Amino acid sequence: MSIPRNWRTRQQRYSLKAEVCNACGNTIFPPRDVCPHCAEQKQSWTNLSGRGEIYSFTTMYSAPAGFEEYAPYTMALVKLAEGPMITAQLTDVDTEDVKIGMPVEMVTRKLSQDGDEGQILYGYKFRPMLRQVA
Amino acid sequence: MLKPDRDVGIVGYGAYVPRYRLPASEVARVWTDGSGGLPIKEKAVAGLDEDTLSMSVEAARNALERARIDPSEIRAVWVGSESHPYAVKPTSTIVAEAIGAAPSVQAADLEFACKAGSEAIVMGMGIVGSGMGRYVLAIGMDTAQARPGDALEYTAASGGAAFLIGPAAESAAVYEASLSHVTDTPDFWRRAYAHYPSHGHRFTGEPAYFEHVTTAGRRLMAELGTVPADYNYVVLHQPNTKFPQRAAQILGFTTEQLKTGLLVPVIGNTYAGSSLIGLTAILDIAKPGDRIFMVSFGSGAGSDAFSIRVTDRITEIQNRAPQTQDYIARRKVIDYATYVRYRHKLQMK
Ligand SMILES: [Zn+2]
Repeated sequence: MSIPRNWRTRQQRYSLKAEVCNACGNTIFPPRDVCPHCAEQKQSWTNLSGRGEIYSFTTMYSAPAGFEEYAPYTMALVKLAEGPMITAQLTDVDTEDVKIGMPVEMVTRKLSQDGDEGQILYGYKFRPMLRQVA
Repeated sequence: MLKPDRDVGIVGYGAYVPRYRLPASEVARVWTDGSGGLPIKEKAVAGLDEDTLSMSVEAARNALERARIDPSEIRAVWVGSESHPYAVKPTSTIVAEAIGAAPSVQAADLEFACKAGSEAIVMGMGIVGSGMGRYVLAIGMDTAQARPGDALEYTAASGGAAFLIGPAAESAAVYEASLSHVTDTPDFWRRAYAHYPSHGHRFTGEPAYFEHVTTAGRRLMAELGTVPADYNYVVLHQPNTKFPQRAAQILGFTTEQLKTGLLVPVIGNTYAGSSLIGLTAILDIAKPGDRIFMVSFGSGAGSDAFSIRVTDRITEIQNRAPQTQDYIARRKVIDYATYVRYRHKLQMK
């Protein structure tokens, strides 16, 4: 676990802090130096709604090192309402209930921890929409 | 009686209850052959990837959804809990960062058993009431642990609530005053490095819970010149179903006044979140002009009593975020084995 890298990316992990391209208007997540849509470098910070839907998914029964504790769990490609597609773990859902097109929302959860004495890493996951709110 | 120079209130509030429920009958099945009375129906259990930090972030986001303020105007983030994820490294800085309140902000983790959340509210009233800051985020949240087989295992639950304290003019409910009653009482404790708490059996009821809750409650009403009939709702710290029922009766409140905020039968005792989340369930359905009486309790021991008046703004904000009953309705029952796994009681290596 890289402490400096985790520290630099904390805002995108905790709250989906993203960029919007000043040249082409596309939303960019994760933030990067050059717009992947038009290759311009002019971007402003933006906050995403955290809402999206499941584009595809796969359930992990044998988890990679550091995630064994959570198996089985489902990884999904989530198409965010603002456009970007991101890969994230689903939470608070039974594997048999996951469907393509299912509306989901971002929550901040524990991603992993470095043994009993190291850092706890927090970041975004997605769960079924709790409730449509006004 | 504590009353700030400038009137303060609740600008936003938010609850959080995790998805999983452990029926008390499951604990009884494993430890008592199913015999004996049960103190509640079921308790809320945090999932594998949840802790006081993740739950605080969600409750805080719900409070901000309701308040619709710029989070950079929050001058303090205080998280009261007895289950902070780190022994040293604040929960509050991570919450502040996740909601966009960092970096011009006070941040600290508070500990006073089950009273740490209401203590954060009183501190927030001080900051806002003195004009030092416009908004303070006060959170009471816990993933309470109990020794397997202990009486507390039936009730020790996960959940809590966040309150955004701000100027009365922007508030959905205004604090009329608060009053605290604190003594050194050895009813419940957990030593450093100990995983599970201990309790002084004969101290838990009369000299601890009832003495502090009823004294703080009576004194606040006496100083304000109010009586129980002046209030539409009462919410008390709820370690089980019977204690708040009896304390409410001693103070002179009816079961009708108590029932909306009495969530312990269906979510358990959320420790620092207990009376706070009861208050969120009341605010979800309260009407302008309603009055609410709240008394917290923390072992060790102390109580904070509050007199609250609901304003016209309540109806605007009630539906801007998930309500407490939405979280209670989202439930998946688990058995004792799953509970043992989720609460990290299994030794994996
Ligand atoms: Zn672009």
